[in-house]
Amino acid sequence: MTTEYLVLSALLFAIGALGVLIRRNAIVVFMCVELMLNACNLAFVTFARMHGNLDGQIIAFFVMVVAAAEVVIGLAIIVTIFRTRRSASVDDANLLKY
Amino acid sequence: MGETITFWVLAVVSVGAALGMIFSRKAVYSALLLGGVMLCLAVLYAVQEAPFLAAVQIIVYTGAIMMLFLFVLMLVGVDSADSLVETLRGQRVWAGLAGIGFAVLVILAIGNALFVPEPAGLAAATEQAGGNVQALARLVFTRYVFAFEVTSALLITAALGAMVLAHRERLEPKATQKDMARARFAEGDPSPLPAPGTYARNNAIDMPALLPDGSVSELSVNRHIARYDVERGHLPDDPKLAEALKHAVEEEPVTERSHRHEQASSQETDSQAEVTK
Repeated sequence: MTTEYLVLSALLFAIGALGVLIRRNAIVVFMCVELMLNACNLAFVTFARMHGNLDGQIIAFFVMVVAAAEVVIGLAIIVTIFRTRRSASVDDANLLKY
Repeated sequence: MGETITFWVLAVVSVGAALGMIFSRKAVYSALLLGGVMLCLAVLYAVQEAPFLAAVQIIVYTGAIMMLFLFVLMLVGVDSADSLVETLRGQRVWAGLAGIGFAVLVILAIGNALFVPEPAGLAAATEQAGGNVQALARLVFTRYVFAFEVTSALLITAALGAMVLAHRERLEPKATQKDMARARFAEGDPSPLPAPGTYARNNAIDMPALLPDGSVSELSVNRHIARYDVERGHLPDDPKLAEALKHAVEEEPVTERSHRHEQASSQETDSQAEVTK
């Protein structure tokens, strides 16, 4: 039964990766990154159950903490870029290009 | 059996919501669908003997993180749609192929790996501590205590970073109450705008007021309400008042009063600049 969970997790991770590649809106890209983190968490929880120890759940817990901190900083950066460039598109944030 | 049904229902729902998230054109729909995926995952955690993580998932992800996402979405502008200009030609097609290829690779890798047919289950691991939460707490405060401490540094850094990034320098001194009073008297009309007219047969706020000398005050009617009245033909019977309403609509978007206020404030900053000289 646990293999199905891992396949679901891989599927969600791939969908998140696809979203990061095809979307241009920085906030939606960020949501896709969150989806990938969630998929990893599902895999960790499944591994914990599969092997009968709780380390996987602890790792998932720490991933959640890091994701919360990451969202705060990422959204602050997006708001700062929006303030100066008046756009939330990742194509417009090319100031470091040259 | 119950777990199988739960899994398949939630798997279909979560994959569908995830696909909808990356393909919906409106960012708010994406956010709501992501919330749906997170709720599905919370239930899957609960099914997989992780009740604490299920609660944390709902509280932290769907509660805090999704609220933050929606908040920033409203701040940045909901209608900021994706640009359809392709900076790299054919990027979407290749990205789609890469995504599908990646999914196939990972799923095949999982399918190929040898897994124990029956999961070990967490009953033995949690029994000693007396429950899932107690067992997790024991691990966090013993084996993972250093990671736990580092987490606090991470959270403080994140909070400081958000404050630094969101901070904006104030370039000119904040106007005090004294400055505002001075600006108000400098524009020559310190009283509030005249109230709308109240007459024997009409007390709606779309009626212009009569000034003491009998003339009609256009300032007493909100411009948007006047425009609504003119467009719908709800004009007062008195031709003088109707004329005032039409005139109020034709005025420029910047009302005379705010225009005067801008002038006054620019004069004020000029005088302040002189004072600082």
